[in-house]
Amino acid sequence: MYEKLTIHELRDKIKNKEVTIKEVVDDVFKRIEALEPKVEAFVTLNKEYAYKRAEELQAKLDNGDNIGILGGIPVAIKDNMCMKDTLTTCSSKMLSNFVSPYSGTVVTKLEEAGAIIVGKTNMDEFAMGSSTATSAHKKTTNPWDTERVPGGSSGGSAACVAADMAIASLGSDTGGSIRQPASYCSVVGLKPTYGLVSRFGLIAFASSLDQIGPFTKDVRDSAIMLNAIAGHDSKDTTSVEIEVPDYEKALDGSVKGLKIGIPTEFIKDGLNPEVKRAFDEAIEKLKELGAEVKEISLDYAKYALPVYYIIAPAEASSNLARYDGIKYGYRTANFDNLEDIYANSRTEGFGDEVKRRIMLGTYVLSSGYYDAYYKRAGQVRTLIKEDFDKAFADVDVIALPTAPNTTFKFGEKSNNPVEMYLEDIFTVPVNIAGLPGISVPCGFDSKNLPIGLQFIGKVFDEQTLLKVSYAYEQNTEHHKARPNI
Amino acid sequence: MKITHEEVKHIAKLAKLSLSEEEVEKYAKDLGGIAEFVEKLNEVDVTGVNPTAHAVDKYNVFRADELKDSYNREAILKNAPSKEAGCISVPKVVE
Amino acid sequence: MREDYEVIIGLEVHAELATKTKIYCSCSTEFGSDPNTHCCPICTGMPGVLPVLNEKVVEYAVKMGLATNCKIARFSKQDRKNYFYPDLPKAYQTSQYDLPLCYEGHVDFKVNGEPKTVGITRIHIEEDAGKLIHDPYTGDTLVDLNRCGVPLIEIVSEPDIRSKDEAIEYMQTLKSILEYLEICDCKMQEGSLRCDVNLSVRKKGETKFGTRTETKNLNSFKAIGRAIEFEIDRQIKELENGGTIYQETRRWDDDKGIGYAMRTKEDAHDYRYFPEPDLAPIVLSDDYVNGIEAALPEMPNVRRERYITELGLPEYDATQITNSKKMAEFFDKAVAKCGNAKLVSNWLMSDVSRKLNESEMEIDNIKFTAEDLGDLITLIDKGTISSAIAKKVFEDMFETGDAPAKIVESKGLVQITDESAIRDLVISVINENEQSVQDFINGKDKAVGFIVGQTMKASKGKANPGIVNKLIMEELNKRKNG
Repeated sequence: MYEKLTIHELRDKIKNKEVTIKEVVDDVFKRIEALEPKVEAFVTLNKEYAYKRAEELQAKLDNGDNIGILGGIPVAIKDNMCMKDTLTTCSSKMLSNFVSPYSGTVVTKLEEAGAIIVGKTNMDEFAMGSSTATSAHKKTTNPWDTERVPGGSSGGSAACVAADMAIASLGSDTGGSIRQPASYCSVVGLKPTYGLVSRFGLIAFASSLDQIGPFTKDVRDSAIMLNAIAGHDSKDTTSVEIEVPDYEKALDGSVKGLKIGIPTEFIKDGLNPEVKRAFDEAIEKLKELGAEVKEISLDYAKYALPVYYIIAPAEASSNLARYDGIKYGYRTANFDNLEDIYANSRTEGFGDEVKRRIMLGTYVLSSGYYDAYYKRAGQVRTLIKEDFDKAFADVDVIALPTAPNTTFKFGEKSNNPVEMYLEDIFTVPVNIAGLPGISVPCGFDSKNLPIGLQFIGKVFDEQTLLKVSYAYEQNTEHHKARPNI
Repeated sequence: MKITHEEVKHIAKLAKLSLSEEEVEKYAKDLGGIAEFVEKLNEVDVTGVNPTAHAVDKYNVFRADELKDSYNREAILKNAPSKEAGCISVPKVVE
Repeated sequence: MREDYEVIIGLEVHAELATKTKIYCSCSTEFGSDPNTHCCPICTGMPGVLPVLNEKVVEYAVKMGLATNCKIARFSKQDRKNYFYPDLPKAYQTSQYDLPLCYEGHVDFKVNGEPKTVGITRIHIEEDAGKLIHDPYTGDTLVDLNRCGVPLIEIVSEPDIRSKDEAIEYMQTLKSILEYLEICDCKMQEGSLRCDVNLSVRKKGETKFGTRTETKNLNSFKAIGRAIEFEIDRQIKELENGGTIYQETRRWDDDKGIGYAMRTKEDAHDYRYFPEPDLAPIVLSDDYVNGIEAALPEMPNVRRERYITELGLPEYDATQITNSKKMAEFFDKAVAKCGNAKLVSNWLMSDVSRKLNESEMEIDNIKFTAEDLGDLITLIDKGTISSAIAKKVFEDMFETGDAPAKIVESKGLVQITDESAIRDLVISVINENEQSVQDFINGKDKAVGFIVGQTMKASKGKANPGIVNKLIMEELNKRKNG
């Protein structure tokens, strides 16, 4: 039963010796073994490593040593994070055999904080998708309805936390890949400010948008996980040197006097009525709690999606060029010469969505098109950032739905890329502007499918973001609901 | 926004992907659709706006010129599909 | 080359910077180690890695920019140049596209005495690629990534060069500057300094450029010269036979002495440059740039002028000596020791250079010291040894590295200046050569030369030639006047 607890519940039980770390790990693996056939959240399980860590940590604890803020907590990480001597596949055939010779910074930080990384979770191939269905390995299902997708691209990380197969997990968010699956699976998903968490060891999709963040069962756990992974890293030029506060301290449960902005105009189109209802209720709740709700306008936000679909594929086409069958990863069996190795390895090693985005990115960067696409996208990106700066002059946080719809059935949207891309409309602007965003459970639709409420914060103001989320969560019951699976 | 089969083939060549005729057709359609979708940006007046290339405003992030140990060769070549004499080996490169 | 044609040349010079570590990681830049032993996940382009720029790379590039009269960009960025090649593990080279660190400079030098200025379009920083080795056993190509990520500056010239000689002098000038700045070891045979030659020809009077070809990776002055001659002839022949020149990338085979077009066609390239999102822009303050400028060492052309005006060296000698910083430093030390700049210069230009060429050595791995050469010259100035003996001593110094005094001592080469001893020699020679004496008496003055030669020979070259002459004349005149 320990797998059902949160980090903050478990850490005390572990420290007070009410439970051994091994018992916790046992429960988590029992749960994984029971549910994995249904949920298929994991690409790799580190059972041996986990028990070895459990022993070491228990010994330290019994010895009276500090075992860290995540001491003995079983967590999972998305399979695009490099972990030394461990398979790191990005759910792609291209890297199906890649064993990383080094550990990324977040992995090191998790280990230093005493976490036990039980496994690596399934994802959309190279994090490209909103369903996790583009994985080359398996079809991760939504614990709330296994006919439906968990969202993506961090679907495995969201599903395993929702199904208590890990106490918490890490995902990565380039256009909504943490917040949207969090919303679809009724867990808390935080995408930190670009530059707060090191990207070193995160296999790049779109370098100027990617950011690592936690999936947790509640907001307090989200703050604890952020405490563990945030901070400057000299290995990442884009990581920012700021004093990292204790995010847990920000959780005072109050929103009194806090100004919350609603971009009414931006969210009115294409919003599923049931999602709208849940969102409106959430806003009412926040008013009740003493928040001051103001309407704001984000005139350029509607351009975030087209900007995203230029910048992200462009960067991806370059980031994924290194997968060429030469140094590591998949090499085609059918070749006579070097050109064959390149073309066949890449054609056979990448799935359709990845190829589509590589093609698109190559196209927008190719000679004659750069100014029309990439340069213009960068300019509009500037306008979107300024848009948010203006808005944040008047409000402390912005609230909007995480996704326009609830989770959909497998194959429902995959034939039309643009329709699929529209699912990201509310999450993408946050990445384009480099802001922090969080998705917290805010109810269910008539099919009992989860709905997420998104808050967007000022740059490096994760504290306010968590403060609001916590106050909302503690005054609602949504986060307590668990899928019966 | 129409993307011709020739363009698709040229892009595939640059991206080192080989496409069947059906795929060329499919990509011409898909890319055309997405290109049309992003054309939306042409509505925006961007005159005099500096493009954002980096998400954070940081400058001059440097490293001191200090030597650290390299990895051992085994670790570097571990994942190589084919090796020879301490090197990664590939079919003859013709210039 | 035919008189009715004109050649237009621009050079792209690549210089590997003499930093301890690579441009984006902390691996060593040392040359010649076992394959793939100076590598880490960053320089081998493993998934998930990120680059961090080596500060020295910026400093060195700015030094070169200032030394070549460039403007230094206050805002500069790095870009990705995307293409697939086995020596490029990331499948993009991090370089600089539209905002290079240095731009709009020039270098001045002399070609066969004539002043020449070549414009510098830009100097940008970038990373070197790995090395491809042909495996004779399997026929495969082997990839060694040690050079991957070694910092480079690329120095792009304007198409101002009009001849092979100008190209070589321009290259020599850049090499000297790089050496004086101590930012590149300039070992061309190791590829740490190399160049691509962009070349086109046109009929004299023609105003627009012809189609240019690019001959890549020339790594010796000899190769540069020969490749240029080859390509000029090829293009002119082509045109004269009514053919066309294609814009293409070419290779030079220095052993076979031929250039050939590479298979990879130019038009196939579309590098899709875009700003490197993993690297922050470079913003340089005036203080930073001025600080570097203030600390620049004396440049070769300044040193050359100093040697001409202050030390009175001929321009040619001054140029030869100052071209190489090491040679110039050797010169300064020797002069400091003996105070005879002219003679030191003569020795460096003649005997020292000759021996170095014969033994294909650099001045810095010569066995004796600059001070030894100074001492040798002092021995001549003081008359301790004759110039003839000095040449023998020098040969010894070069072989053994022994101090000249020691050699003179041990071989008893000290010059004989004792008049009575020399007079005895002279008299005995005169007695043995009656015929020459008679010739002299009959007015054949050249007979004197023969006697002088015989006397010097008898003294094993140690007799002071002045005294020998004086005494011979005395003795001969005695006989003449009976």
